[in-house]
Amino acid sequence: MNFSTLVDNLISDTVEVSLPLFVPELIVCATIVVLLTVRVFRLAEGLLLALALAALLIASGNDWLATPDQIALWIALAVLVVNRLVNTGRYSDPFVLALVGSLLAWWFAVPDGLLGNWTGVERQEIFTGMLVYDSFTVFFRMFLLAFAAWFVVLVRMTGLADREDGQDFYTLLLGATLGMCLMASANHLMTIFLAVEMASVPSYVMSGILKGRRRASEAALKYAVYGAGAAGVMLYGISLLAGLLGTAHLPTIAARLAEMDIPSLIASGESGGTLMVLALSALMIMVGLAFKLSAVPFHFWCPDVFEGASAEVDAFLSVASKAAAMALLVRVALGVSTAGEVNPEPPVAHRAVPAQAVSLLLSPDGEAASDFGELSRVAAAAPTLPTNAKSTPLSPVRSFIVQLLAVVAAVTCTFGNLTAYGQTNIKRLLAYSTIAHAGYMMMAVAAAVQLAGDNPDGARTAVAALVFYLGVYVFMNLGAFAIVAFLRNAIGSEEIADYSGLIRSAPVTSVMLTIIMISLLGLPPLAGFFGKLLVFYALVAASGPWMIALLVIAGINTVISLIYYLRVAKTVCIDPEPAARGPLSIGGLPAAYVFIVALPVVIYGIYPVPVQHIAEQASKYLLM
Amino acid sequence: MFEFANPAVFLTWLVFLPAVVALVIAFLPLRGETIKWISLATTVVVFLMSLSMIFGWGSVKFQTGEEFAGMQNLFAIDWIPSFGIQYLMATDGISFPLIVLTAFLCVLAMGASWPIKKHEKAYCVLYLLLETGMLGVFCALDFFLFYVFWEVMLLPMYFLIGIWGGPRKEYAAIKFFLYTLFGSVLMLIAILMLYFNSDLRQLPADQLVATGVVSPHLEESVRQERVQNILNSDAPQHTFNILAMQYMGQHTDLFTTPNWLGQSLQWWAFVLLGIGFIIKVPSVPIHTWLPDAHVEAPTPISMILAGILLKMGGYGIIRICYPICPQAGFDLAYVVCAVGVVSMVYGAFAAMAQTDFKRLVAYSSVSHMGYVVLGLGVWSAVAGNDFNPEYWEMGMNGAMFQMIAHGISSAGMFFIVGVVYDRVHHRNLNEFGGLFAKMPVYSGLAVGIFFAALGLPGLCGFIGEVLVVLSVWNFSVALAVISAAVVILTAGYILWAVQRVYLGPEYKGPHGEALTPITFREFSIAAPLLAFAIYFGVNPQALLNYMTPSVNKTVVELTEWAKDNPSVTQSQQPATVATPIRPQIES
Repeated sequence: MNFSTLVDNLISDTVEVSLPLFVPELIVCATIVVLLTVRVFRLAEGLLLALALAALLIASGNDWLATPDQIALWIALAVLVVNRLVNTGRYSDPFVLALVGSLLAWWFAVPDGLLGNWTGVERQEIFTGMLVYDSFTVFFRMFLLAFAAWFVVLVRMTGLADREDGQDFYTLLLGATLGMCLMASANHLMTIFLAVEMASVPSYVMSGILKGRRRASEAALKYAVYGAGAAGVMLYGISLLAGLLGTAHLPTIAARLAEMDIPSLIASGESGGTLMVLALSALMIMVGLAFKLSAVPFHFWCPDVFEGASAEVDAFLSVASKAAAMALLVRVALGVSTAGEVNPEPPVAHRAVPAQAVSLLLSPDGEAASDFGELSRVAAAAPTLPTNAKSTPLSPVRSFIVQLLAVVAAVTCTFGNLTAYGQTNIKRLLAYSTIAHAGYMMMAVAAAVQLAGDNPDGARTAVAALVFYLGVYVFMNLGAFAIVAFLRNAIGSEEIADYSGLIRSAPVTSVMLTIIMISLLGLPPLAGFFGKLLVFYALVAASGPWMIALLVIAGINTVISLIYYLRVAKTVCIDPEPAARGPLSIGGLPAAYVFIVALPVVIYGIYPVPVQHIAEQASKYLLM
Repeated sequence: MFEFANPAVFLTWLVFLPAVVALVIAFLPLRGETIKWISLATTVVVFLMSLSMIFGWGSVKFQTGEEFAGMQNLFAIDWIPSFGIQYLMATDGISFPLIVLTAFLCVLAMGASWPIKKHEKAYCVLYLLLETGMLGVFCALDFFLFYVFWEVMLLPMYFLIGIWGGPRKEYAAIKFFLYTLFGSVLMLIAILMLYFNSDLRQLPADQLVATGVVSPHLEESVRQERVQNILNSDAPQHTFNILAMQYMGQHTDLFTTPNWLGQSLQWWAFVLLGIGFIIKVPSVPIHTWLPDAHVEAPTPISMILAGILLKMGGYGIIRICYPICPQAGFDLAYVVCAVGVVSMVYGAFAAMAQTDFKRLVAYSSVSHMGYVVLGLGVWSAVAGNDFNPEYWEMGMNGAMFQMIAHGISSAGMFFIVGVVYDRVHHRNLNEFGGLFAKMPVYSGLAVGIFFAALGLPGLCGFIGEVLVVLSVWNFSVALAVISAAVVILTAGYILWAVQRVYLGPEYKGPHGEALTPITFREFSIAAPLLAFAIYFGVNPQALLNYMTPSVNKTVVELTEWAKDNPSVTQSQQPATVATPIRPQIES
């Protein structure tokens, strides 16, 4: 294989395989570019249009009103021109552009056919193995883009992104969404780092978008400093791992780890240093992930940022950012701890061998490029590795990850719930609630890793539990923060005490807030319950002392979280209205928005099958 | 949608009609009395529907007799197929009386809701949602569905206490919620444990159909195919079907696998479920939510709480705990009985110490529900009498009867307290006296209902108590003596309360001028309760006819299980009771 074939392979892989699967992200990129250049365009546009008109007029000559379709064309053009001349600003409203861009990207992200009979997308590595394209990617891309569209509508309605700086806000939003899409499909330590940074940096700016507000600036600064620190540590961890194993490609890392045969390393008692470095790098990478997940002990930014930033941005951080971080956690945790060993008969037909081959050759460390034996060995090793979980070389890796995740999840969940008790500010309370829910979700990931060894189906079910959880969590948290934002506009306060007796003046919003709180708590027949049940289910399926301990902790946490969720419901529904507040109205449109966002919480609680189907399909081709 | 001859349609409407009306009310611009009338009409319709099952709607009919001891009107519809969760409902002699009781008390409690003038719309919506939850619990036979209904009740109840309650309403409401949620979470863990160890492949084909795992209403060929699919599958087929779990618990080893701390899986499941149910019953030492909730709740909600919600604990024990986990039930028989007896004694003493009228009634509930736990827990079938199930049958029937009787008498007592509280706005026993002179009709009704609770022969409370005590005699003489002695304590606190409230020369407490005779509305709520208390006391067979076949079937199956089980037969003690008392139930 000489250099030119390599380049040819690269080009054909990129153009023929990768780019068509990357359309939604490209649309987001294009939207960002358009958003940034729209003001320049507006001048050029009129000129272009006039030129086009003139050209048409000349070209059609005398019979320019001959056929009906020509007439239609002329009318359309004329309307466009008039619209430009009279109301140019409106056309280039960044809101419309952002909404159209995100909806268009979403449309391309939705798999062919309706979601009801979606059968998943098989795993395929794209861009020379930097990204992976499978059902999981498809789901998260769709999820994040749909959320972006809803979010664009929300910030428009609450007036956070107004005409002047709306452009900036939407650009940041779409940029962050792009980064998150990459997080969900990352397959390489470098992409992981890039994606995390790409998602984080716009988020820092978004939390400080409210100019002139000290709390917002403080929040943004805190977030940025903390994020930079976490990113540094993570990068260090990445470099340790890549240096030790000579690759940064996740499946290859798993294969290398399998080759190292850690059980015998432990048994021999030698090379403790290697193990130490491995553990250290895992911990450091976990720091970066834990920061994005706002997991204890890297959660300190979360309440402060949530309090300082506006409620809409909080919704973005608590849903999109959290979902992407969870997806990334699944990718990393399952990626490095399973090396094709889980499935004795991998479906050869769709292993996308050329792409994988190129990916191995092009691993940034460079050394693998010359080692063809390596390639065949990895390919050959996969089917022959023992399938018994007890003796696989990766089981120590898995148990390390399981224990790490279990401890972090248990502490995060408990800490989040206990700290939420004392909060008087609704945004802080929801911040801690977010932390606690990150804990529940991480439990599902821990269960998935535990099951990955000997029960890949069980592991997929555990990931499906996480996906379901996220799929309903989006409605709960977007709804909750939207309500907070609308109420802030109406009463100018974000203190829980100021919500007292809201049900008298804003019944729909209050009932929806109550439903959301109860769903976050996890009571049937609301969707939050089913998500939690699926996580519990995964824990019981995974069994073992760690999982049972997690189950008990999750159960106790559910009970203790009752108090603070119910306190919000109580304040809104039971407490008397303060005399000083006066009349208040949040308007019909916001109430409708809240109603539509929160309604799925009830519907999918009573009939969770559609979401569950999607969740199952999304996790179907993991672990292959 | 309206084919009432189809059990699926009929039971669905029976359970969800209140919820549907609640939704309609919520979205219609109605005010005040109208809403109450609509709600009352709804509860009446539901009550008539439940009664109509006795007479039958085509194929929907509740039949009595030995041959109808199993589930009747069963239907199963797939709900969440990938987890085997079904929308599965049916009735039998255990659930049917409780369904009728629920529907009946809901009518009366709605009538008792007339004095509520605050946020009537919200009140009626929540009340109707609560009714759906309660009826659903008694109808559901899928564990998941059961759990959903069980939890659905919590939130309406929380708000009903928290918004319309007394001075310490918020504390009482959150305490109620917290206790019950704690129990529910334990229950959920137990459900998942049982689910993961269940395996439908171990059921014979006819059981798969009989339990509704494969809906009996399917075409014969489809049914056969589904049965074969289950039986021939490679992986274990988990289920949430309560009936199937009962079969597994009694006929297979699925739930006896050793689990944590050397105890079997079913031991843990029994303990977790038992705590969940006993919180609801409630038994000492986890009863403390009840006095607070009862005292703070408005009168109609207290009636519902005492009359129906407490029965769910007992229902759960008889329907779920024992049939699914017989071994654990056998091992823990003494613990369960001890819990029952301690509750009886403690509740009675605590009631005696109260000065708040409503609190006294609340503690009397703790005491009376102790009989239920005791009657259910008496594993006397195997206490050395050659597996003669009669005594345990007697205990279980007694417990079931006691549940209905207590539903009538305790709801009545709370209403009686509510009537006088509405007038004088206090409940201090030491400030009452002489009500007989001012409110003679009311006092007559009150004394009648209190005597029914006391267990006076000829009134409904007596039957359940005596059946339970008789059956306990064969299990443990000591427990029987104690439980019989509690009757004296009960007489003590009730007679003392009657004396302090109704007798005496004249009323000297506050608001004496407000003591007007009871209204027609109040009379028509209290009178039916007293009438039923007398009727069931004189003619208990009218009620027992409905429940004995199913109760006996449950007990006989458990006895069969015990006969075949080496761990039980080995622990057999020689007969310790020389004088068996003939059971007096004929069915």
